[in-house]
Amino acid sequence: MTGQFVRLAEAGRPEVSFTLDGEALTALAGDTVLTAVLMQRRAVRRSEFGEDLRAGFCLMGACQDCWISDADGRRFRACSTLLAAGMKLVTLP
Amino acid sequence: MTAPIVVGAGPAGISATLTLVEAGLRPIVIDEAARAGGQIFRRPPPGFTRPPSQLYGADAAAGMRLHQAFDALGGRIDYRPETLVWSIEPDAVHLQGPAGRDRLDRGPLLLATGATDRLLPIPGWTKPGVFSLGGSQVALKAQGCAIGRRVVFCGTGPLLYLVAYQYAKAGAEVAAVLDTSRFADSVRALPLLAADPAKLVRGVYYLGWLRAHGVPVHYGVRPLTVHGEAVSRLTWRDGDRRLNETACDALALGFGLRSETQTADLAGVPFRFDAGRRQYLPETDEDGRSTAPAVYLAGDGAAVRGAAAAETAGRLAAFALLADLGHQVDAAEQETLRRRMARFERFARGLDLAFPFPVDLLDSADDDTLLCRCEAVTIGSLRHAVTDLGAEEVNRAKAFVRPGMGRCQGRMCGLATAELYARTRGLALEQAGRLRGQAPVKPIPLA
Repeated sequence: MTGQFVRLAEAGRPEVSFTLDGEALTALAGDTVLTAVLMQRRAVRRSEFGEDLRAGFCLMGACQDCWISDADGRRFRACSTLLAAGMKLVTLP
Repeated sequence: MTAPIVVGAGPAGISATLTLVEAGLRPIVIDEAARAGGQIFRRPPPGFTRPPSQLYGADAAAGMRLHQAFDALGGRIDYRPETLVWSIEPDAVHLQGPAGRDRLDRGPLLLATGATDRLLPIPGWTKPGVFSLGGSQVALKAQGCAIGRRVVFCGTGPLLYLVAYQYAKAGAEVAAVLDTSRFADSVRALPLLAADPAKLVRGVYYLGWLRAHGVPVHYGVRPLTVHGEAVSRLTWRDGDRRLNETACDALALGFGLRSETQTADLAGVPFRFDAGRRQYLPETDEDGRSTAPAVYLAGDGAAVRGAAAAETAGRLAAFALLADLGHQVDAAEQETLRRRMARFERFARGLDLAFPFPVDLLDSADDDTLLCRCEAVTIGSLRHAVTDLGAEEVNRAKAFVRPGMGRCQGRMCGLATAELYARTRGLALEQAGRLRGQAPVKPIPLA
């Protein structure tokens, strides 16, 4: 699957393992949850008010459009949360 | 004495903090970011290696100076990073930080809350692959990423050219720069823009660089529709109203900046309408002293004037706070700073003329276009609230059909809601009113 984001720099950081919808993946240390997901996918969630997809928008903690859950139901604002090793992220229901 | 509280650690907040410490005070500094710098001088997470010259371009020296000065403060301030001011009451400031909830006694408040992108809805602007212009810059600066493989920059303002330039230089494919302003707008603004010749020259340089590197730049553009389930192309009209389309997998959208004022609202500061900036702003004197007792404002959160102005304004506002506490302040320096602010203001007025907010986009917008991203409120719903339900001003329209009711509290849609309200009723924008700030300003956990 092709992601939304493209790395242009800073690709030499150590890898961090996480899962996305059950799939084992890696991102880089210092990636936000949003970066980690958008390197793999084009969306992080659906709008609560319909079927339309969302992928975040402001990337600075203002718009609240990138909230995402993990497998335990904890919720994160993806753009302002750094990815931690072992996170089990869930995108689309 | 209760310690002064500085909210925000961008150029204005840092500069204010340095000034307060210089005067022997120990301010509490609250910032949402993990490290001080604000959005403009935002620092990537640990482990990133690009030098400041690459992150901040022509502003690198100023950024490094502010970072170093702030980092050197150590224990002379009570620094609370990764902390949100979620409410302000007459006697208390409420925080949400890494360790949970906290309550501070309300000392003098210096608000330096910055700005976010100024936005207008276009059909498809909620689709994956559309990001705010400022957000597209954050992706590159703080994460080393482009928002897509082939990026269109659409909107207006100096940031449009700067970020397109930064993307192209970093190796991204910039499919087009689509400016809604006309070249004639810039020419008209030249006398005011001459207040800051260096900045003017820099803007011309970015434009020239983009053109020299084959990036298509168009003026007088009207974006029409973002196509695809996730972005696949953008249709738009050029200055001669000819229909165009550009294939892309990402769109950076932004029409300038808007002041982030919700904290000032909660602190009880009265607002006044700023016609040039088309926004209600906290009312202050020329030093940033508000008409609410012991509340001061500085930087883009008071009025958008950019980073250098924010640094000056931070020092001025801190001087006002100190003077009100009975400290002796340097009157000669105060005068110098005020003169400098007048020049920044002149330049900012020039930018408003050069890059006008293209609110006519709302007139042609169809009813199905989403206005409020959070609550999926359409432009048609707001028109209905105005025309059929008789909403007397924007807060009433919010009560009827919920624009600005969602998690972002109107930060993304509030200005467009007011513009659409005024245009639907045929009123001056000032008469639409402004969405009131509500606590919590951002989602906080209940536990």
